[in-house]
Amino acid sequence: MDNQEENQVEPSGPGVDESVGQAEEPMAPAEPDTPEAAGERRGFIKFFCAFIGTFISVVPFGAGIWAYLDPLAKREGGVGDGFIKVTTLDAIPTDGTPAKFAVVADKVDAWNRFTNVSIGAVYLRLVDGVPKALHTICPHLGCFVDYRQGKNDFFCPCHNSNFKLDGSLAKGVSPRAMDVLQIEVRNKTEVWVKFQNFQPGHSHAVSIS
Amino acid sequence: MKSLLDWIDHRTGIRSLTREALFENIPGGSRWRYVWGSTLTFTIFIQFVTGVFLWMGYSASSGDAWESVNYIQNEMTGGWLLRGIHHWTAQLMPVLLLLHLMQVVIDGAYKAPREVNYWFGVLLLLLVLALSLTGYLLPWDQKGFWATRVATNLMNLVPFVGPEMQKLVVGGTEYGHHTLTRFFALHAGVLPGLLVLLIVGHIYLFRRHGITPAEPVIKRDAYFWPDQVFKDTVACLAVMVAVLAVVISVPGAHLGSPADPSEPFSAARPDWYFLFLFQFLKLPFFAGDKEVWGAIYIPGIAVGFICLMPFIGRWKLGHVFNIGIIFVFLGGAGALTYLAKQEDVAGPNSAMYLRGVLGDTRDARRVTALAKARGIESTALSLLKDDPKTQGARLFAQHCASCHRYDGHDGLAVELASAVTLDELENRIGIMTRFFSGDAVHPDWLARKSGTQNPWQTVQSILDAETDGKFDVIASIELQEKQSAPDLKGFATEQWISDLLDPHQYISSRYFGGTTHKDGDMYKKFLNRKVSKYDAEQRNMLESIAVALSAQAKLPGQAVTDQVDAERIRKGIQYLEDDIGCIDCHAFGEPDPDADGPDLTGYGSRQWIVDFVKNPEHEKFYPDNNDRMPAFGVKKILTDKEIGLIADWLRGDYFKLPVDAQGH
Repeated sequence: MDNQEENQVEPSGPGVDESVGQAEEPMAPAEPDTPEAAGERRGFIKFFCAFIGTFISVVPFGAGIWAYLDPLAKREGGVGDGFIKVTTLDAIPTDGTPAKFAVVADKVDAWNRFTNVSIGAVYLRLVDGVPKALHTICPHLGCFVDYRQGKNDFFCPCHNSNFKLDGSLAKGVSPRAMDVLQIEVRNKTEVWVKFQNFQPGHSHAVSIS
Repeated sequence: MKSLLDWIDHRTGIRSLTREALFENIPGGSRWRYVWGSTLTFTIFIQFVTGVFLWMGYSASSGDAWESVNYIQNEMTGGWLLRGIHHWTAQLMPVLLLLHLMQVVIDGAYKAPREVNYWFGVLLLLLVLALSLTGYLLPWDQKGFWATRVATNLMNLVPFVGPEMQKLVVGGTEYGHHTLTRFFALHAGVLPGLLVLLIVGHIYLFRRHGITPAEPVIKRDAYFWPDQVFKDTVACLAVMVAVLAVVISVPGAHLGSPADPSEPFSAARPDWYFLFLFQFLKLPFFAGDKEVWGAIYIPGIAVGFICLMPFIGRWKLGHVFNIGIIFVFLGGAGALTYLAKQEDVAGPNSAMYLRGVLGDTRDARRVTALAKARGIESTALSLLKDDPKTQGARLFAQHCASCHRYDGHDGLAVELASAVTLDELENRIGIMTRFFSGDAVHPDWLARKSGTQNPWQTVQSILDAETDGKFDVIASIELQEKQSAPDLKGFATEQWISDLLDPHQYISSRYFGGTTHKDGDMYKKFLNRKVSKYDAEQRNMLESIAVALSAQAKLPGQAVTDQVDAERIRKGIQYLEDDIGCIDCHAFGEPDPDADGPDLTGYGSRQWIVDFVKNPEHEKFYPDNNDRMPAFGVKKILTDKEIGLIADWLRGDYFKLPVDAQGH
């Protein structure tokens, strides 16, 4: 707003209180520079304003962004060798069809630590008596893959990827086969799975940590 | 580049907008006294930015609020800085608001034609105070919880609709999830929204009427840019530097222990800028049903009066009167704030208040360390409730300390200082220290010479006696009931048993001097008749018995020495059974129905203590000669879990803080 406009807006004459009237008195002989003249004055002051103004405005953002980036600074620590006892051999169907099992473990969720909660699921099936484990999460974009009994295959209901029983891609948009998880039989009957999540969307499985 | 800017300008008019913003005329040129509005705008900007980022880590439920704030403060990288900036900027805002208001009133900037803008300003002031009030509760710590209860209970006094209003604000009759969700929605949604609207209006009206020049106007007029912007920038920089300095030195912001409706908090106070209202309500005039005057009517009249100032200012003397009234308000509020603080740190109940503050800090540190080490399965409060160090001590203070002691106090003393000289002690009780420092010592608290077993005395009595030496100080006042049962600090340790077997100590107040056991067979027939005449070899045997008996407790603190002393323990048991003949009166290893004294099998172990506290008159302990100790378990005074907490606390069987676990 330049000075001319200012004078238009500022009421004057009767009704204006004393202090405003008094204040306006010395303005007449003391007209400010034109905006252009003021704009060219004192390079240092302007530099200072810009520099410090930017700095102090960045500080709260900086603190916020630092805290916001916290997840990148944290790594999820696995427990022991990463293997979790999922079930026993007897619980897996003997005819080779896959069965879904919940993976139960302790979980740290920010400030909470939960013991024995579901952290995911795996498909287990017996191949010649040997258990095999597949992750239930679709490697395409992370939906939960269903087992279709009638067709005896895996099917992702989100983008229609089809997987064979061994996890390999039969048809669809998934960039890779279902993720195979390491499995061990301990104490003769206990089935232990090295449960981990993988980044979706890549042609190779990359562990999320 | 220029053509791009031209394009943007053509479509948006950005150049004329910038020009309007920067080339505001300032009659009489730039002045330092005009900076307050800009600093306030800057602080509100800080609060918006940091608030939104805090929002990303905050969870508004009574089971998660403290936990999430603790996570921000102590676990999240940079969280302490973020929360610190938000907290300390909020602390600065009332000061800036006051300075802005004073500048406006003194310079007469509230007068015509700026009345509406002035009212916008008064509303903004009230909004900022409402933001402070709602924000105070969000961490869900003891301080915020109890202070907010008081503030919301005052709503009850509002005529006609008070109780309903309170219920709506609290979200029911109890303080819980809905109190937090409602307060949070107000704090992060409704109030900031209104704040933005009012600020836009405030600045629009300010620009419409222009700046009110402070008299006398000597210098020539100037534009807002760059001179006033420079002064505003310097002032905002000063605000930022001041806030950062405090945030980094604290570091962050204080977080009390989790809200606990079952645990008293003697230091519940509103934030400092509400202390004058808090103190105002203590005036005897507002006793009984007149409280509504102090809480609602008079503050309402005061705000109403502030709003009427533009009209009063029309008269010749009205403006002077307004300035006078502002200073009267300020002086009155300042005096009340001082009185509130003075009463807290030096009044008749100040020892309790200061102890409340220290106790809360201790519990907060403890629960933070527990949360870090163990994670929180349900709530942080349950971590404290299940922690023997915290809860065992509280239960001891409540149920045992009327007769027993723990190192001379009730178990809840906070260790304040060790080995301080008389001069330093004198310094620390000084009123200035008590006002401004966390190291303050209250004259009613207890102290004793360092490295001795001397009885605790009040700090005042030590100062009066001018005794030489160095002193340990604890935040605990002398208990009303005299000690009349053993001091259980170090119960069942080698030292504790060794001292017990000293005839003089046995009948001292530290052990059984206050009980009927001082006249019992243990003292008369054994300690006084025999032990007092023991030679060096027999004394050595007795020491070995102390070591052996202490090993029965399997104390976590003696695990290493118990292993090292295995041979001595074996011999000690031999002396206990044969040479000294303890088993003449005590059972050991197997039940002995003829035994008069307590069973020494597993003496001091968790099970032994639990059984004893449950029923001291059980045949294993004092079937015929129990002094006064109630059967806490049999009479259901304490639950099994509570007795276990006391036992674990006495045995030192609880999670020990790694030094680095306290974090920020």
